[in-house]
Amino acid sequence: MPKFEAGTFDVIVIGAGHAGVEAALSAAKMGATTLVLTMNLDMIAFMPCNPSLGGPAKGIVVREIDALGGAMGKVIDKTHIQMRMLNTGKGPAVRALRAQADKVLYQQEMKRLLEEQENLTLHQGVVEELIVEDNEVKGLVTQVGAVYRAKTVIITTGTFLRGEVIIGDLKYSSGPNNQMPSIKLADNIRELGFDMVRFKTGTPPRVNSRTIDYSKTEIQPGDDTAWAFSYETTEFITDQLPCWLTYTTPRTHELINENLHLSPMYSGMIKGKGPRYCPSIEDKIVRFADKSRHQIFLEPEGRNTKEVYVQGLSTSLPEHVQKQLIASVPGLENAEMMRAGYAIEYDAIVPTQLWPTLETKRIRNLYTAGQLNGTSGYEEAAGQGIMAGINAASRALGKEERVLGRADAYIGVLIDDLVTKGTSEPYRLLTSRAEYRLLLRHDNADMRLTELGYEIGLVSEERHDAHVIKKQQIDEEIARLRKISIKPDNHTQEIIRETGGSELREPMKAADLLKRPEIKYSQIERIVPPAEKVSAEVKEQVEIFIKYEGYIEKSMQQVEKMKKLEDKKIPENIDYDAISGIATEAKSVLNEVRPLSIAQASRISGVNPADISILLVYIEQGRIAKISG
Amino acid sequence: MCNQGRKVNYVHFDTIAAISTPMGEGAIAIVRLSGDEAVQITDRIFRSPSNKRLNEERSHTIHYGHLIDPTTSETVEEVMVSLMKAPKTFTREDVIEINCHGGIVAVTRVLKLVLKEGARLAEPGEFTKRAFLNGRVDLSQAEAVMDLIRSKTDRAMDVALNQMEGKLSRLIGALRQALIETLAQVEVNIDYPEYDDVEEMTIPLMIEKSTWVRNEIDKLLRTSSQGKILREGLSTVIIGRPNVGKSSLLNSIIQENKAIVTDIAGTTRDIIEEYVNVRGVPLRLVDTAGIRETEDIVERIGVERSRKVLREADLILLVLNSSEELSIEDERLFEAVSGMDTIIVINKTDLPQKIDLPKVMEYAGTGKVVTTSLLKDEGVDELEEAIAGLFFEGNLESGDFTYVSNARHIALLHNARATIENALAAAEAGVPVDMIQIDVTRTWEILGEIIGDTVQDGLINELFSQFCLGK
Repeated sequence: MPKFEAGTFDVIVIGAGHAGVEAALSAAKMGATTLVLTMNLDMIAFMPCNPSLGGPAKGIVVREIDALGGAMGKVIDKTHIQMRMLNTGKGPAVRALRAQADKVLYQQEMKRLLEEQENLTLHQGVVEELIVEDNEVKGLVTQVGAVYRAKTVIITTGTFLRGEVIIGDLKYSSGPNNQMPSIKLADNIRELGFDMVRFKTGTPPRVNSRTIDYSKTEIQPGDDTAWAFSYETTEFITDQLPCWLTYTTPRTHELINENLHLSPMYSGMIKGKGPRYCPSIEDKIVRFADKSRHQIFLEPEGRNTKEVYVQGLSTSLPEHVQKQLIASVPGLENAEMMRAGYAIEYDAIVPTQLWPTLETKRIRNLYTAGQLNGTSGYEEAAGQGIMAGINAASRALGKEERVLGRADAYIGVLIDDLVTKGTSEPYRLLTSRAEYRLLLRHDNADMRLTELGYEIGLVSEERHDAHVIKKQQIDEEIARLRKISIKPDNHTQEIIRETGGSELREPMKAADLLKRPEIKYSQIERIVPPAEKVSAEVKEQVEIFIKYEGYIEKSMQQVEKMKKLEDKKIPENIDYDAISGIATEAKSVLNEVRPLSIAQASRISGVNPADISILLVYIEQGRIAKISG
Repeated sequence: MCNQGRKVNYVHFDTIAAISTPMGEGAIAIVRLSGDEAVQITDRIFRSPSNKRLNEERSHTIHYGHLIDPTTSETVEEVMVSLMKAPKTFTREDVIEINCHGGIVAVTRVLKLVLKEGARLAEPGEFTKRAFLNGRVDLSQAEAVMDLIRSKTDRAMDVALNQMEGKLSRLIGALRQALIETLAQVEVNIDYPEYDDVEEMTIPLMIEKSTWVRNEIDKLLRTSSQGKILREGLSTVIIGRPNVGKSSLLNSIIQENKAIVTDIAGTTRDIIEEYVNVRGVPLRLVDTAGIRETEDIVERIGVERSRKVLREADLILLVLNSSEELSIEDERLFEAVSGMDTIIVINKTDLPQKIDLPKVMEYAGTGKVVTTSLLKDEGVDELEEAIAGLFFEGNLESGDFTYVSNARHIALLHNARATIENALAAAEAGVPVDMIQIDVTRTWEILGEIIGDTVQDGLINELFSQFCLGK
């Protein structure tokens, strides 16, 4: 194949899934000339699995992406069919927004954003090889021999690398949803010396809505409140579609047990490691045999289609068994299966080969993001995508690199976990992975990240102004409530009685009254109204901050403590092999991860506190030796 | 850098040495060396009858010979040398133990000799520190070893041994397991809000679990005072008017129970402490010099200081004279010790009784009363029984008991208790479960610090092993 020069860019993004689009949009917005190469322009930001975004932890990631100036939140706000706020009965730290997406509209809207973005070139093409000189990436070559040169390259190929779809004993080379897999690029990445792992994931069958008997299921409508992920969304969708809940039956479980030998998961055909949090129905029934039934959610895939996603029935059993499984579920007795569920195996890069900027340690100016890095989920992919885009563009434009800390964002937790600990299964964010989750709330993502987004150049002047004003209003209102005293007069006591709380005996600061569990800002507002009208978002922040001040402070103290260890930098040229006393196992993982700080080192599994003590001593003494020498 | 091209090992562990047996008279004493040059240093001063070189001998062998001062060629000591080569040693370094004759003079000469030959005097606990740094023992074990070295009686030794064997670790582990199960349930409610068949971790459930954990911590803490006493000795003060028999009492306790060690605390000779082992309880008899010299501690050191000594005491032995009526001074002494663990010793029962016993009983309240005739050597057994009884209240004598005896552990347990108490208070105030969870998690982490394990992943693994999670 003769090669030809096809163009030069600051940043090239390979792949236009959820990681790729955020990477490309952020790089282009920052002013980097950006090329996106995708195998199929009709598959931009495609959701090959569930038609849903958000939920605990993940929903907060969507908000963080939005606060940084990313696209996911805005696009889902325009294209969802239903939204719900989860965990409303719990504390503020764990509230989470989840949307059911119209898959097709979502893709179209995202494609339009890319097409309209200045500095961004969108092109269909299959990348086969990276151009690497002296361990530095210089560009790439496509199937047709087009040579693209670039200062930086971001690979976001999801589950396409040597993808193989498996249904029953059928196994064929394929990307998700029968798209073309990426074979040559996968080989090329291996040849460049990267360690790869084989992961597995799966998806359930889809059925035709027209053939479902919804009377046998429970309706799950969206919330009446109009929610939005993006802080900039002003128009809300009111016309929502419901989801439906049904359950597996004893017959379903029988079918699984009878046909287990046909499952590639148990026959040994699938070797890839699958996620524990997204088990196939085979897995659920085998591992939790004492459970008499499992939930099945029926989720519409969009407004202009009858296709319904059968959440909870993920399987790789042969198609004829899948049909019987579906028929065993109440409401689905006569349902027509439109597509069968399948498992997919793919190559993922061992993520400890990355710096926290998502640049590869092995090849300079080469970044990877998304499912390729061993994660699962659209949100996790997008969160990495925006950071890879920011850092690749910064490198190309000679700007400062950015790393989010574990106390800054769920995105920070996600990336730190990946590059520090690696992962033995497709990684999913959970709120329990965040040690400072009280600080990483759904409601304060803008407070945490808008300033950074603005500095980078992804957040507009207007939005930044609005953010500054909001912040000021919050501070002022908190100060006012701390200062103003509430007298135990009739009006006050009546409001307190309404809440079922005990009456005031003596005057009390408004802030102290708000700390009572039964008192909300709405009551305080009635007792001591603010001079100017306060927006709902400001009220929420004020209420959370005052109510949970003690807990927030405690978390902040822990952050400070950890920060001291984050600040203890490990010299880049450290020779772990020369440090006697560190256990051999610890040496090998330290050599692999090459942590940048003592704090990061302490999070590596296989490095115990004794190793950290020795490392600290070594670094301290090295410093002393340098000073005296 | 100045040392380019040469591999420099900054954590180079030099060779340390120390006397490893307690100071005082004993049949033998041991000087221990640890480090890269432990064997070479010993070879330079050790002569065996067959002229063998330790360097060439097999590990874990014992060798008879003499220590020779190489500069004067004088024989310093007749010794047995234990040779233990790395890595199968306590510190994972080469270790030499020189067994020499007991007594401060002999052992000091041996120590001086090895220091002269290049070893460095070990800091307190440095052997154990190396064992820890070399990954030989975990934190809790390292601390137990320290306590083992310092423990004063056999029973204290048992506690330290139990701890080393991980009994404390197991107990703490059980508490942490309970906490993590609770946490996993909270987490699953948060991360999988629609997951239907996990019982919602409600406030009452959270209160129930937290209360249980707090009570268990309390139990451990209650043993901690005993643990501390086992390690440091039960600080005991004998008081009484002149001539009631305080020094006789002291002498008979010391005679009956071989004194373990006589310490001279601080730099002054002001306070002398005698350690004795009374039925497994180490007594630290405080200010016995005062008793010996003046017979009246209150008189000698003044009311203020005597009160201080009393305040710091774990046990008071208040001695009364059976053959005299209760005096104003006796009553003053009763007042001074009110609220403290006190045993009343009514001495001189060999003389006609004049003391008003019912009144003594009344003063004594819940305190024990023992009658003795120290002259006739009567009643001392009963006194010792009373001391042991007081200490091992609630029949703690069964050896199967884990004491928390380490200051760091006690401090962490207090921390953990305060944190779980916060969680309880918050739960009772109606704070949302996921906020209460912050303190529960913290408790779990603090308990982990005791055994040196605070891996976050534990929770996530728990989550997936307990629950079948989908959406």
